[in-house]
Amino acid sequence: MSEQQITDIIEKYRGRPGAVIHALTEIQHANHWLPREVMHEVADALEVPFSQVMQIASFYKTFSLTPKGKHELHVCTGMTCHLRGGARLMAKVEELTGLKPGETDTDAKFSLEAGSCLGSCSIGPELIVDGKHYGRMTPERAADVLKQYD
Amino acid sequence: MNDAIVQITLQIDGKEATVPAGTTVLKAAQQIGVAIPTLCHHPKLEDYGGCRLCLVEVESRGRTNYVVSCLYPVENGLVVRTRSEKVDKVRRVIIEELMAHAPDAPELVRLAYEYGADRNRFEKEAAFCVMCGLCVRYCDEVKQKHAVGFIDNGHAREISFIPEIAATECWSCQECFAICPTSYAQAAYLMTEALAFPGRRKKESAPRDAAVERLADIPAVPMTFVKRPPASEPELAK
Ligand code: SF4
Ligand code: FES
Repeated sequence: MSEQQITDIIEKYRGRPGAVIHALTEIQHANHWLPREVMHEVADALEVPFSQVMQIASFYKTFSLTPKGKHELHVCTGMTCHLRGGARLMAKVEELTGLKPGETDTDAKFSLEAGSCLGSCSIGPELIVDGKHYGRMTPERAADVLKQYD
Repeated sequence: MNDAIVQITLQIDGKEATVPAGTTVLKAAQQIGVAIPTLCHHPKLEDYGGCRLCLVEVESRGRTNYVVSCLYPVENGLVVRTRSEKVDKVRRVIIEELMAHAPDAPELVRLAYEYGADRNRFEKEAAFCVMCGLCVRYCDEVKQKHAVGFIDNGHAREISFIPEIAATECWSCQECFAICPTSYAQAAYLMTEALAFPGRRKKESAPRDAAVERLADIPAVPMTFVKRPPASEPELAK
């Protein structure tokens, strides 16, 4: 993610206070997190107080105020996935990545999150990588999935 | 077109009030001298409706309802009861809940006495802030500095001073300290000061902070350092 890309996103919304969420969402998707300086730039360009940008950025779980990995892993810990072995899947993913839910590795390759019911109970237990759903996931197959990402 | 302001007549605790349309029940009550307890309301700020303490019973077209008076607009023929058994009970619970967060806030202590609230009813979770938003709204609406805002959501929501802004704006203002019902705004600011721009309080004294001025006169205690024997060279692995 180049600085130019962030600047382009911000420029697109310059002078539009109502578009804070749009600007932040685009930056989050492109950059995986919202550095503080970037939020200051958003505040200045969109003409909203920085405190309001902070309020929005800290309110929604979509936004991350700390660096996130290039690939976002979600393991569902909802009831159905749990009954179908979600906890074992989570343990395996934790072992493979060396991460606990909420953490990011030092190479910023993976971030791991636990989600409670990610909406696809029928194919649980679920592992989601960058929005791609891997259903009926077994601890054994998790390693093969993660290998595809670098 | 007739643009004379429409007047509305309603009844509050048996007294008649006539006020312009759009007035809130709380303002109408204040105008005729009926007191309704409030916590998050401030005459200089936009109506907010955050604390729910100002809840009253309203009766209109035969139906009884419970509404927050600081937001509810007057209606013709509305009958308002600011104290009823149910209103008092709900208010008491609200006070008890707020006291789990700020057990010693003077306004809450006084209200607890008046409504017979038990400050220990709910397990203490002393966050000291009752989320009335007065500090945030005062800084936004009156001072327009936006130095303090809400962050996070739900259970973790809290007020937070923005160090970059607080460093330049708060020193000469500090007006939110006085409107905060719990003194938490002051505590949060001082914590921000201590973390983000420490030392200033010792060098300069805040404008109307006489106590701090006096402290600055006291000569600093000279610090003494105990010399430690130098650590022996670590053995390098051969
Ligand atoms: S710090 Fe005080 S004024 Fe600010 S929201 Fe909390 S209780 Fe209200
Ligand atoms: S004063 Fe009405 S809700 Fe707080």
